[in-house]
Amino acid sequence: MNRMPQSVESTPAIAESDALAVERTLAGERDAFRVLVERHSQTVFRLAYRMTGNRHDAEEVVQEAFLRAYQKLGQFAARANFGTWVYRIAANYAIDRMRQRQKEEARRQNPNTDSEDGMEQDPLSKVQDAAPTPERLTQSLELRAQMERALAALSHAERTAFVMRHWEGCGIEEIAEVLKSNSSAAKNTVFRAVAKLRKALQPFAGARTQAKVMGTES
Amino acid sequence: MKHLTEEELIAFREGMTAEKTGIPQHLAGCDECRAELERLDAVLAALDSLPVPDPGEDYGRRVWQQIAPRLPENPARWWQVWMLPRRLAAIGAVSALVIAAFFVGRISTMRSHPGDNAANQQQVRERVLVVAVGQHLGRSEMMLVELSNAEPADPKQKQVNISAEQHRAEDLLEENRLYRQTALQEGDAGLANVLDELERVLLDVAHSPEEVTPAQLEAIRHKIEAQGILFKVRVVSKELEQRQDAVKPSPTQNDSNKRERNKV
Repeated sequence: MNRMPQSVESTPAIAESDALAVERTLAGERDAFRVLVERHSQTVFRLAYRMTGNRHDAEEVVQEAFLRAYQKLGQFAARANFGTWVYRIAANYAIDRMRQRQKEEARRQNPNTDSEDGMEQDPLSKVQDAAPTPERLTQSLELRAQMERALAALSHAERTAFVMRHWEGCGIEEIAEVLKSNSSAAKNTVFRAVAKLRKALQPFAGARTQAKVMGTES
Repeated sequence: MKHLTEEELIAFREGMTAEKTGIPQHLAGCDECRAELERLDAVLAALDSLPVPDPGEDYGRRVWQQIAPRLPENPARWWQVWMLPRRLAAIGAVSALVIAAFFVGRISTMRSHPGDNAANQQQVRERVLVVAVGQHLGRSEMMLVELSNAEPADPKQKQVNISAEQHRAEDLLEENRLYRQTALQEGDAGLANVLDELERVLLDVAHSPEEVTPAQLEAIRHKIEAQGILFKVRVVSKELEQRQDAVKPSPTQNDSNKRERNKV
């Protein structure tokens, strides 16, 4: 399962080359930072996209992560791995961005109350209520929309924990550091995220498997 | 047969189980749990099919082009970080104390014991710092106690706002670093150790989000309790108070006090 991206896991050669680029940047060669940006942008983009769920926000997260990394580079000097470091900065900023987006969205949809009846609506219920017909289930676009809704229904911490663990193969300690919690809490956040996704998607995923078996899905 | 829980299956699927859990053995002999794991696999496999757009091979170059004009000429070096306004304020406050301590020490020595040695100056200097560090520890203790008792303003709220404590922790952190360095220079390893431990807790609080979930708050509380930092701060504060009360503590008293603190 562990699919730690190469730039985060970092081979010794890349780490050494990163360390050299950091040193040269700190010595005043601003262009040396370009090497780091070009090397790690793709990895950071993938994380940012999975966390934010849209390309526009993901690109903003990538730019902001590198800007912040540059500004704080003096504090990084003693650390071991630039890839891991910028990855964490991006994850933290992505959480802030998601929170900001949620507030903007809430204000846009309903400027006075949180929801129609004044109670917080469980986004998971929306996923389950919108159960499509078997015909529609075979359409991958619909399934994709369901999955995106299920991911969007997770809390920021849950989505971060799931993305970092399941897709990026990060260690629990690393996730705990980004979530500013301890290992046990981080592990529980992964459990909660997977359990919620399963609850929301199992009927559709099951149907897809069935569709595959029956040869109805392209 | 006792079946695997959902948590155990998720932990197994996500590689978060210890090696000797016996889960693979159970799965090998239990059709029901294996079917459950397959259902979980189906959900996760479906999620894995979600595409991530390819930003293109030249994406790194484009990112660089977008951020390059916004980068300052040089990234901040460690010493430039010390020149931030907040740090300058803390440096100013501590420097003023050290200078005041130096002159008070000189004047009192000249008046009472014109020919006396530097030990008296050292004592007075230490006393001024003791007052300042004592007040700093008092403020830190108050902030930690408030944080430990923090609750949502409205019971319906799921998040607890700790922004006030967080900002205070940021201010205390700057002071703390300088007092710790001063304590080290003064050879007071015990005080420096306690300040070092306090610094780590302040750092955690300062870097926490402004709004935390009850679980996150509990984790912060747990960290505070696990390190026994409140107890240590109280013990050192009390000891500093006693040192403050003593009119002219002898060097031997000071040494024994430092030894006591080292035990703490």
